[in-house]
Amino acid sequence: MKSQFSVKSWLIGCSMLAMTTTGAFAEVVYNRGNSADPESLDPHKTSTVYEANILRDLFMGLMVQDAKATVQPGAAESHTVSADGKTYTFKLRQGALWSDGSPVTADDFVYSWRRLVDPATAAEYAYMLAPVVNAEDITAGKKKPDELGVKEVDAGTFEVTLNAPTPYFLEMLTHQATYPVNKASIDKLGADFIKPGNLVSNGAYVLTEFVPNDHIKAVKNDKFYDAANVKIDVVNFIPTEDRSTAMKRFEAGELDSNDDLPTEQLADIKAKFGDQVRIGPYLGTYYYAFKTDKAPWDNVKLRHAVSMAIDRDYLAEKVWQNTMIPAYSFVPPGITGYATRATDYAEKSQLDREDEAKKVLTELGYGPDKPLKMEIRFNTSENHKNTAVAIQEQLKPLGIEVSLVNTDTKTHYGLLEQHGDFDIARAGWIADYKDPENFLALCKTGTGNNYAAYTNKEYDDLMAAAASAATPEERMKLLSDAEAIGVARDLCVVPLLYYSYHDLVSSKLKGWEDNVMDVHPTRFLAKE
Amino acid sequence: MLRYVLRRFLTAIPTLFVIVTISFFLMRVAPGGPFNQEKGLNPVIKANLERVFHLDQPLWKQYLLYLNNLVHGDFGPSYNLPDFTVAELFAAGLPISIQLGGTALVLALLLGGILGITAALYQNKPADYAVIATATAGSTIPTFVIAPLFQLFFALTLKWFPVGGWGDGALINKVGPVLTLMLPQLAIVARLMRGSMIESLRSHHIRTARALGLSDYSVVIKHALRGALLPIISYAGPAAAALLTGSIIVETIFAIPGVGRYFVEAALNRDYTLVMGTVVVIAMFTIVFNLIVDILYAVVDPRVRYD
Repeated sequence: MKSQFSVKSWLIGCSMLAMTTTGAFAEVVYNRGNSADPESLDPHKTSTVYEANILRDLFMGLMVQDAKATVQPGAAESHTVSADGKTYTFKLRQGALWSDGSPVTADDFVYSWRRLVDPATAAEYAYMLAPVVNAEDITAGKKKPDELGVKEVDAGTFEVTLNAPTPYFLEMLTHQATYPVNKASIDKLGADFIKPGNLVSNGAYVLTEFVPNDHIKAVKNDKFYDAANVKIDVVNFIPTEDRSTAMKRFEAGELDSNDDLPTEQLADIKAKFGDQVRIGPYLGTYYYAFKTDKAPWDNVKLRHAVSMAIDRDYLAEKVWQNTMIPAYSFVPPGITGYATRATDYAEKSQLDREDEAKKVLTELGYGPDKPLKMEIRFNTSENHKNTAVAIQEQLKPLGIEVSLVNTDTKTHYGLLEQHGDFDIARAGWIADYKDPENFLALCKTGTGNNYAAYTNKEYDDLMAAAASAATPEERMKLLSDAEAIGVARDLCVVPLLYYSYHDLVSSKLKGWEDNVMDVHPTRFLAKE
Repeated sequence: MLRYVLRRFLTAIPTLFVIVTISFFLMRVAPGGPFNQEKGLNPVIKANLERVFHLDQPLWKQYLLYLNNLVHGDFGPSYNLPDFTVAELFAAGLPISIQLGGTALVLALLLGGILGITAALYQNKPADYAVIATATAGSTIPTFVIAPLFQLFFALTLKWFPVGGWGDGALINKVGPVLTLMLPQLAIVARLMRGSMIESLRSHHIRTARALGLSDYSVVIKHALRGALLPIISYAGPAAAALLTGSIIVETIFAIPGVGRYFVEAALNRDYTLVMGTVVVIAMFTIVFNLIVDILYAVVDPRVRYD
């Protein structure tokens, strides 16, 4: 008996040793380059894309985006919408747990959403819940957080009441601002709830380390409902502010992916990395805004003349090395059911556009004796500068005297937000959720980001009508009509380029699906 | 001497106060604020943020609040990294910058010193020319060229070192940043040492020492080196303060989580508290190292007395 036991132990020992040495127990570690460190890991205090990349792994909202960025049930297993489109009832996933083993309940969502809109939280993205009853008044301090239109029907049922039917509401629920946070943990630890070792989350991964400017380590959450299908054990988010270093680290195998690359070296990078370079349309627009409430830029014909003379193909190809796409509409292509409305010269050749621009300028009395003077303001970036310089050169033959003013980002946006004095200024918009409203709201009268100070009742009415449209089709049509007026006709913004994503993705990484949101949750990836 | 040190520390307090006051108000003169960004904030939300960080208060109140917190050792939360206080950011990053900068400085002083002495002893001979050439090259090639070249050659081609990252402080991760930080300093120290050593070797007391028949070792190391060290000490003080508080270029290129990057990033982000924390840390390092320099003067040169 004794010898039998020894032999058995010996065999088990040998098998374990063999398995270990062959890597059967080896952890799958994914070193994920992320262009910057998060400002915060508190979902209610974040706003950026690089924060979203991390929080998407740590937390799970009612709805999630899958590998193709399609909206799927997340913490809510299913939902129903009332006949008037104003009440959403979410059935939470049965047996779903926080990483500390406690159940995820409707009360967690009630608490979290009230926290998001509470002025004391000062959440930048509180407006993600703007469609919910009383949300805006609570954030403005006019009502109490417990007056928010949300309630716990029972532990597994969460009900939300909206001001009006909001077709993109489910899409908004994929945003990190709407993720739940653990009340017990916040009550106990206060602001420290977010620290590694303290953070209780409900996503596929749990935070274990955060060394600022070095790495954020998250390990697989074995309490996650779908943990059995999560193939990567550890994900290290590595901030890669220096794109050249990131590329070298990728080449050396220190990074398995990075969400950016030095676009100025694109040709060499493509030659070196081949299919590992992923480039495609991204839901964002690079634009210029005229100050439309200031002469002469209040003249829409003049705005169009300048816009027509800008050779977007040149900008995309020469300045941005084809990592951007020429744009003639504000809403980029790629949103299902929406027809973008481009300016009418989108289809003309650049030569024809320039001829027409010259004609308009002459009509308006501009010429060698009375040159049009225009100042372009942009925030510091080599590419923004190159873009502005190219535009300066393109407008010179038309007799437009362009001067350039480069300021740092804070100064630039400080001026724009205060509606300071300028002629034309650079800005950009990356979609928070996949809906045209997210772009077009920028041209509504009085919106904070309406740097052009554009105001048009017809446009505002169309946007309002779209918000209460009876069907999704009608809504998309109204939004499209609004874009035709505000953007294509009036140039509330001058679309120049659509953004594109440009990722470096190792061939060892499997399951990376290219999509317009550039969303790639780690739980759907695998590494060879 | 002790009284002198104590007096210097006490005079540092009003100096720090003046630096903090000027920086505080200068920072606020800069246009834009911590919450101006590409995706502009709704005015209501911006107002909420400003209230949370007391930016809605009159400037003099904010100043008094900051001073009060500072006296109690509280540098406040970072506006742009609200999960961390400024003190936590420095606690995490400063030891790393000190390790790299300190190692680079010690190596630069040792190697630069040896090279400088060698060049001085072999003045106008091939060894001297070699040191001068190396020193000139070292001080003219900027770190943003040295660092990527190191990465390309030693990390990507030879694969001896990682391209970047701190690697939990592994020695192999420190080689590139330390060498990059060290080379320009080494060049400067070598040139300074060569010059001051040549001068020292020509002085009367060295001539006397030689006339007395002292050995070369004794003449150079015991007598000439003392006098030659003074310019090196003068240089090393401010250099130490600069090196130990990190380098944005080296830390960014080698992806090192030090504090060097905060100096520029905090200012660009209008992260007022982090800027102020940075100013206080640099000022303290500068004050302390200037004091050390003065004390070392007295140690090296018997003619210098502070009592």
